[in-house]
Amino acid sequence: MNLLKKLIALLTLLPALALASEEGYPLDHAPERTKDLAAVQHGAKLFVNYCLNCHSASSMRYNRLRDIGLTEDQIKANLLFTTDKVGGLMTVAMTPKDGKEWFGAAPPDLSVIARAKSSESGTGPDWLYTYMRTFYKDDSRPTGWNNMVFPNVGMPHVFWELQGTQNAVYTDEKDAEGKVEHKFDHFEMIKAGKLSKLEYDTSVADLVGYLEWMGEPTQGLRHQLGGWVLMFLGVLVFLTWRLNASYWKEIK
Amino acid sequence: MAFVEKKLPADAPIAAKALNWVDSRFPLTKLWNDQWGQYYAPKNFNFWYIFGSLAMLVLVLQIVTGIFLVMHYKPDATLAFASVETTIMRDVPWGWLVRYMHSTGASAFFIIIYLHMTRGLMYGSYRKPRELIWLFGVGIFLCLMGEAFFGYLLPWGQMSYWGAQVIVNLFGAIPFIGPDLSLWIRGDYVVSDATLNRFFSFHVIAIPLVLLGLVAAHLIALHEVGSSNPDGIEVKDHLGPDGHPLDSIPSHPYYSVHDIFGVTVFLLVFSAIIFFAPEMGGYFLEYNNFIPADSLKTPPHIAPVWYFTPYYSILRATTSQFVYALMAGVVAYVGLIVFKTKLSSLIKTAVMVGGAVALVALDVFEAKFFGVVLMGVSVMILAALPWLDQSPVKSIRYRPSWHKLVYIVFGIAFLILGYLGIKPPTDARTQVAQVCTFIYFGFFMLMPWWSAMGTFKPVPTRVTFHAH
Repeated sequence: MNLLKKLIALLTLLPALALASEEGYPLDHAPERTKDLAAVQHGAKLFVNYCLNCHSASSMRYNRLRDIGLTEDQIKANLLFTTDKVGGLMTVAMTPKDGKEWFGAAPPDLSVIARAKSSESGTGPDWLYTYMRTFYKDDSRPTGWNNMVFPNVGMPHVFWELQGTQNAVYTDEKDAEGKVEHKFDHFEMIKAGKLSKLEYDTSVADLVGYLEWMGEPTQGLRHQLGGWVLMFLGVLVFLTWRLNASYWKEIK
Repeated sequence: MAFVEKKLPADAPIAAKALNWVDSRFPLTKLWNDQWGQYYAPKNFNFWYIFGSLAMLVLVLQIVTGIFLVMHYKPDATLAFASVETTIMRDVPWGWLVRYMHSTGASAFFIIIYLHMTRGLMYGSYRKPRELIWLFGVGIFLCLMGEAFFGYLLPWGQMSYWGAQVIVNLFGAIPFIGPDLSLWIRGDYVVSDATLNRFFSFHVIAIPLVLLGLVAAHLIALHEVGSSNPDGIEVKDHLGPDGHPLDSIPSHPYYSVHDIFGVTVFLLVFSAIIFFAPEMGGYFLEYNNFIPADSLKTPPHIAPVWYFTPYYSILRATTSQFVYALMAGVVAYVGLIVFKTKLSSLIKTAVMVGGAVALVALDVFEAKFFGVVLMGVSVMILAALPWLDQSPVKSIRYRPSWHKLVYIVFGIAFLILGYLGIKPPTDARTQVAQVCTFIYFGFFMLMPWWSAMGTFKPVPTRVTFHAH
């Protein structure tokens, strides 16, 4: 009996022993923006101006932006390319083949990118928020840019005018065995951008908020409705519980 | 014999007349009474007995939501992903809700069925005379796995695609016919539009038809022999003056209200997931599946959905080194049968020949093939349970206390296998999975011996019941 108990204890510990830590650049936590309409609208503007030339969002219709408080006229005037229809999908003229030739990999569709990038290291928005803030100058890359979260990424730093140009500073550290490790230490701004660090972080947070919203435009409604559904079912559980009890008290 | 219709008085209510008209032509009232209304079930059901009716509810939910999804889904490799993400999730009013109900329903179905099977395991529900109920149940479980596997390809995401690729490739490990077989299943050299179309066909029509038939058979068999109960005794041994078992009550209204209560609790949990965590941390909807399928880009880590991972772990645990352990296992098991059973010498000879063939096969064919075999056997072995269990009592309540520990060890090994199946393999993890694989199979294959061992507690003649 005792042996069996020990065996059970051992068995429950095994998964912990089998765990191995996953390496990678630690992700920053993306601020919550999906419920802040002004922020999401700002994110939408950034998205259309900076992303929607190479990246499509082919599951997304322009007029869905009414959900974040824009009118159809505002969408037409500010966010629509002349050839697009307001009920049309956010597609791009660039073909995947061109993208592959120009950047080494076709720029992915961004409709549900905020959901796709979730992992054990963090949520999709966390990944995007960190990714857009960790581009650095790297002359060995064809675009002249590299990224901490997505090493050797094909995409150039489209926000360089806003963020500025930064270098990645590495230090050489000796570990316990005397092996020298080339470790990232910090970023160094070599040419300031139009925005301060705080303003830039906020802008990226807004963009990520938009991407998160776009990943599932109904999420606000889903949460809102969910509360009512659970309240209704809570009452129903109580009633069916009492109904059950009133019948079962006859059973001796 | 001439057709005689029962005469109701002229002033009988119109509903009674209508029912009489139907009953004279179709056994509607009889069917209702036999299957539910006058179906007497033991009164001592506990929490574990709710999952049968919940499984029925989820089956109906899956069929109804499935019907609506098929109205908008396109089984075409170039359109499938967009038909889910654009049409269903965004354009169709409430399409997102129907989709989440269906995707969450799939996982809920497995949770419910696993709990339903746990109940059967604990209280010996599969024992005589309920072997056929159990076999139909195993058939339902197999159909469910088929449904889940075929259905998972349909969203045409990266995980859909590569999961199907990996599983279909498994058939390629079968000696001689393997490569041709997997080609035949796919209908192409890689998972493609042809595969998507046939998986769609299997998912929406072929398997559901078999599934519904098996569910009907499962219920008819159950209502024929009557339900078991947590005490594992036959309530029909003690009949009352009305001919019904003394310890039983009619399902309607007692289990009707009972199940309705269970249903509302289930819907509360189910809705909480649908509305607040439809991805369930990547377990119900995998993150990688939000990336459209790409036949040129293999994801670094391919894992099946959580409900398949225990079996997948067993598959991965079968390395070429592990084959030696399997050989030792075969020798030991044949030895056990030959020296420790009273079977006829003919059967013993057959077992020895079978063992020798298995040893040669283990030596000749590659380990991957035996991984596939073990994965298949790990599911199919459930069907043998009514004959493997030799315990003199049915219910865990009256078994020796250490039997409970055997069940717990088995349960933990199963959960660990499931956990390891989600993770990328490492040497340590593979070794743990190998130990758990031995525990998994040992539980079943040694059951004829261990289930009969120990001091059993006296079984009561009447059910244990505390009035509410």
